[in-house]
Amino acid sequence: MEIHSNDFKARAREALANPNLQKALKLVQVKFVPGRAAAAAEFGDFEALRDAGRDIRNRALENLDLWLERFEQEAIRRGARVHWARDAAEANAIIVGIAQANGVKKVVKSKSMVSEECGLNDALEAAGVTPVETDLGEYILQINDHEPPSHIVAPVIHKTRDEVSDLFHAKHGKPRTEDIGALCREAREILRPHFLSADMGISGANFLVAETGSTVIVTNEGNGRLCTTVPRIHVALTGIEKVVPTLEDLSVLLRLLPRSATGQPITNYVSMNTGVAGSGDSDGPEQFHIVLLDNGRSRVLGSELKEMLRCIRCGACMNHCPVYQAVGGHAYGWVYPGPMGSVLTPSYAGMEHAHELPHTATGCGQCSAVCPVRIPLPELMRKEREMQVEAGLRPWQERLSLKLWGWSASQSWLYGIGTAIAARFLKRLGGADKLIHRLPLGGGWTDGRDFPAPAGKTFRELYRARKNLH
Amino acid sequence: MRVALFVTCLADLMRPNVAFAALKLLKLAGCTVEVPETQTCCGQPAYNSGDRATALTLARKVIDEFEGYEYVVLPSGSCAGMIRAHYEELCKDDPALLARAKKLAACTYELTDFLVNVAKLESVPGDFAGSITYHDSCSGLRELGIKQQPRQLLGKMGQVEIKEMSEAETCCGFGGTFSLKFGDISTKLADNKCENACATGADAIVGGDLGCLLNIEGRLRRKGDRKTQVLHVAEVLAGKLD
Repeated sequence: MEIHSNDFKARAREALANPNLQKALKLVQVKFVPGRAAAAAEFGDFEALRDAGRDIRNRALENLDLWLERFEQEAIRRGARVHWARDAAEANAIIVGIAQANGVKKVVKSKSMVSEECGLNDALEAAGVTPVETDLGEYILQINDHEPPSHIVAPVIHKTRDEVSDLFHAKHGKPRTEDIGALCREAREILRPHFLSADMGISGANFLVAETGSTVIVTNEGNGRLCTTVPRIHVALTGIEKVVPTLEDLSVLLRLLPRSATGQPITNYVSMNTGVAGSGDSDGPEQFHIVLLDNGRSRVLGSELKEMLRCIRCGACMNHCPVYQAVGGHAYGWVYPGPMGSVLTPSYAGMEHAHELPHTATGCGQCSAVCPVRIPLPELMRKEREMQVEAGLRPWQERLSLKLWGWSASQSWLYGIGTAIAARFLKRLGGADKLIHRLPLGGGWTDGRDFPAPAGKTFRELYRARKNLH
Repeated sequence: MRVALFVTCLADLMRPNVAFAALKLLKLAGCTVEVPETQTCCGQPAYNSGDRATALTLARKVIDEFEGYEYVVLPSGSCAGMIRAHYEELCKDDPALLARAKKLAACTYELTDFLVNVAKLESVPGDFAGSITYHDSCSGLRELGIKQQPRQLLGKMGQVEIKEMSEAETCCGFGGTFSLKFGDISTKLADNKCENACATGADAIVGGDLGCLLNIEGRLRRKGDRKTQVLHVAEVLAGKLD
């Protein structure tokens, strides 16, 4: 997928000025945030569950190579084929190759963020294979000129019902309706024949279970199960970090994921795909291909950011992020938005293409407070800022002002003089109403806010005068 | 109790009364208070910006100045959080400094936390009369667990009524340099905070971190609200200063 992360500022400005988006984003706050809180409260000791989730993910990542090999062996033993892709281009080539080798003309797809990461649909189309998105949200985006998703769990969260009604009316040519049930039926009528006529189904995988060689998808729509069982070929594409050792481990993560994501105790569907259809089976694919993507993950594993690989893609960090709530996912300019995206995008797509992202958070810590596997997201963003400073990627003005400020703050007497001058200067700027309406070099602040002016003398001056008095 | 007051750079420059109020409250709580004269900043702006070298220089200076006191108290959850939650990571490559940083972290407190849990202040002299709504600053809340402490102290004031706002625990949008780099997003977040605070009808918005308070007040005034007071919790608790 093309990356626009360095345009974050401009995209965020547009987002703030877009009334439809602002209306749509309210849903995050009124639905997902209280939903997660209620589900966690109802569970009982959700904090202990988060600890267990963190430990399971850590155990998997500590011996990632061994668990992946185990997964591969078990999957192969059950008739699946396992493919390893170093990057997006390799993953696309493998999947296009499978399609071409089997004369595939049409693919039905279940929601997969890794396929967005790879730009798989473009690769399929270029090879003459038609991909049909069958997740309702992804379907809406696909018929809207291939618009990218704005959320990893609710891809079309940025659209209002009104907008979807208009879109369906324009694309389906049926009378406009705002009834959600009717809209779903419209999509279903179009999608059902595709499931039956597609030669191949593509899904992602929320988890890989090493001891059984299974891929697991967690979804609220029946499309996932249809994609993975009806066509004669099933391809599951996912990242190498998704492996967990055992079914027991999986059961813990399945308790955490939906509660953190949508506030559900369990999703409508939890599908485990293990091997190909056996001779007595009435359904299931003849071929089951599992494509495991690296694309920067092994680099993250060996870095200071490795905790990020614990991520189970619930979206709680973005749901609870005040910046995401204000600007939505498209502002972040790539596949993964919000705090998890601000950490991952520079790692996967290259720091030079995403150097704004680690700065796009206030450091409020709400994301790590709700993360089901306790990823210290603000700390990881801070580490990325350190990497940028070390690599000389920050603008010279910022580097210089930090150095100057730091130097003066380490020279106490000089700092005292500097702040005494600043206090007087700012007081003068404030004038009679003691408010600065325009701050030199501080337009970022005073474009939308006044800056309350100080009293005119520093504490240090006043305290010293008082001490001399006594 | 021998306490060192860390004024914080924002209070020093922008609102000295916050530090004088903290001084008054600590003395009332029976502490012998000293204000190390060479203090400047805890280094948080550099740390958060990724300038580790500058942050380390300042952390070293803070440790030099403040170690040896029984307690170090700051009228800011964010600066106290820097010392308590982040100095250890910052100093990790220098074992001798790390040991000193850990020791300092263990005796460093945010003001209201110290007054409630260490000094056990019984009564507060503040004479504010009216309703207030309390904004929970992010670092204080999530790094140090500051939530009930300020409310408990304000609750000792007979004429204060606390009206809780919705989303009291949501960020006001300040975020240090974030407020300058991403001014329009920061303003939007401040707007949400002001709306929630004003919806309570409280006479004053009170908090424990000057950065948030400047941000909230700045947005309120720009929108034309000259009435709602924006006060640091130390100012409300201490009342008149001499």
